[in-house]
Amino acid sequence: MGGHSSESGPARTGFMGWLNKRLPVDAFVKGSMTEYYAPKNFNVWYFFGSLALLVLVMQLITGVFLTMHYKVGEATAFDSVEYIMREVPYGWLLRYLHSTGASAFFIVVYLHMFRAMLYGSYKAPRELLWLFGMVIYLALMAEAFMGYVLPWGNMSFWGAQVIVNLFGTIPVIGPGLVEWIRGDYGIADATLNRFFSLHVVAVPLVLLLLVALHLVALHETGSNNPDGVEIKDNKDAKGNPVDGIAFHPYYTIKDVFGVGVFLTLFCIVVFFMPTFGGIFLEKPNFEVANAMSTPDHIAPVWYFTPFYAILRAVPDQQLGALAMALSLVCLVLLPWLDRSPVRSIRYRGWMWKTALTLFVISFVMLGYLGLMPPSPLYTTLARICSVVYFAFFVLMPIYTRLDPVKPVPTRLTSDHE
Amino acid sequence: MSTRITRRRSGFSVRLLAPLLLVPLMLAPVAMAAEAEGHGGEPAHVNWQDWKANNQISDQASLQRGAANFANYCASCHSLKYLRYERMAKDLGIPDDLLRKNLLPDGAKPTDYMMVNFPKADAEAWFGKMPPDLSLITRSKGSDYVYQFLKSFYVDESTATKSNNLALPGAAMPAVLSELEGVKRAVFAEQGAVGGHGGGPVVERFEEVAAGSLSPEKYDAFVRDTVNYISYAGEPSQLQRSALGIWVVLFLLVFTGFAWLLKREYWRDVH
Repeated sequence: MGGHSSESGPARTGFMGWLNKRLPVDAFVKGSMTEYYAPKNFNVWYFFGSLALLVLVMQLITGVFLTMHYKVGEATAFDSVEYIMREVPYGWLLRYLHSTGASAFFIVVYLHMFRAMLYGSYKAPRELLWLFGMVIYLALMAEAFMGYVLPWGNMSFWGAQVIVNLFGTIPVIGPGLVEWIRGDYGIADATLNRFFSLHVVAVPLVLLLLVALHLVALHETGSNNPDGVEIKDNKDAKGNPVDGIAFHPYYTIKDVFGVGVFLTLFCIVVFFMPTFGGIFLEKPNFEVANAMSTPDHIAPVWYFTPFYAILRAVPDQQLGALAMALSLVCLVLLPWLDRSPVRSIRYRGWMWKTALTLFVISFVMLGYLGLMPPSPLYTTLARICSVVYFAFFVLMPIYTRLDPVKPVPTRLTSDHE
Repeated sequence: MSTRITRRRSGFSVRLLAPLLLVPLMLAPVAMAAEAEGHGGEPAHVNWQDWKANNQISDQASLQRGAANFANYCASCHSLKYLRYERMAKDLGIPDDLLRKNLLPDGAKPTDYMMVNFPKADAEAWFGKMPPDLSLITRSKGSDYVYQFLKSFYVDESTATKSNNLALPGAAMPAVLSELEGVKRAVFAEQGAVGGHGGGPVVERFEEVAAGSLSPEKYDAFVRDTVNYISYAGEPSQLQRSALGIWVVLFLLVFTGFAWLLKREYWRDVH
């Protein structure tokens, strides 16, 4: 990639010339922006990658400022959040940007992952890209969970109790592991302090590293596209893909538009409905953590509820925790479970289309059921949806091979939108 | 009123109007049946769980009345520990002299948080517990809950306070607002009847035992103002939030429009 830089145009002089001899600025910009070719038929699903990056940066910046005013500790955490909400200039804005940003992050990431499923973006040669993405997703779950504990509201406390106790279901090492995670015999000051450290330092570093790896892997294989056609198979005389287009300025400009739409919706939530009816910020979390008073109904925040519903659907707690862990493992294994010769849903048969539709319905239903208090009807529904969820993955090697696929064109079929 | 008007006119208008008047009368049983069906065939009862506070956070006069109500009737027992007097006065457009004269307790400074000078031991002796801080009550329970609570006290000789509450059964708080609201008795449906939401006791109606100094409408307005104020205290920034939000969203809409035009211009030649 860097090799192109010397061929195009005369060598730079002046400051940029001086700089380029010492740091490959121009080579980097060319290699990953102006001469990085992306398929020209990206549709609306392709906004969510850059939006995820935007939300990550936003969370980091608002997080830095929140950390300046937040006071970690059992006795101070809850009050300091109210201090931010009331006394810090625009502290309420920082806090709402950060709390809404957490939910927005998951919305964007879920849509980003679904895009990969629609167009088979995880299939060879992009398995590693998918794997990095899945590890980002797992790290993001850890980051969100620990961040949720920091305000030290009553739901923070009881949610932490429930989730940390899941590790206790691991045979032999479970009970000791839970104590090691908490740093105490219960969720306590020690737990809050270590979650703060992990949320603010360790996990963000891991996330940044993983995002860098995700992007490097992406630029190595190049982006997939809605047709699932490899654009590198058709190159012009200069060696550039015929169906490709320079990432900058075309996609940077297009992404600016996507950012505008996203931020408009995002800010409507931040400024006019920051608790989102008790879904983004839950009512019991406006009461300080209290080990003596259990909330009527303990539920994790919405982005964990599909997995929480799977946990509850299994009558045995230990097996439930195992099912929950497996539900995530299934997603990780997707590139190897899918045996279809075709990437994009456009050229797949009715089997895959049916399976994917059922999967989406079951995932959304599980998310809803995980938010609701259990009832016999809901438990039955959660069991049905859990079975559908796992069947989608377990049966995938079979139905993707039997699926009557259509012939895939050699060039992109659709123009950009 | 309409019947009086028709009677004053000549007879033919009555004949003309009669069928029209009959239509709603004929429809009434249908409507009542539909309503009864909605409640699972139960007899009519007080749907206190459906009462809404209908806060108007932009109504500054209501917030000012609520602040006065709170200072006079709530603040001696309930703190608003995250709110400063000065901040409240500024947000609600209350001048400093009025704040000092009417709302500031003796010995308190405008920069103080709204605390109570209430020995905890006394509170525990009188009520069995310290009256809770109300800073975040509307955020954790909702404004409607507070409204329902303040409107659903009833006489109950079996409790220490001689009163009870529908929204918070067994409430430790006495019916301190009864001098305004009056005293009412709740007539419960027969034992075992369950209805409304959440399977709570079914109240068929309230009966007045003693009138208060305010009419029911005025008491309702009193409670609405007070709840409006407590809701403000739960999130003082909400006044600022929506005011700023309009400009932010408008800017983003314009920005997005220009971004779209720019994108279209760049992509014009891509085929």
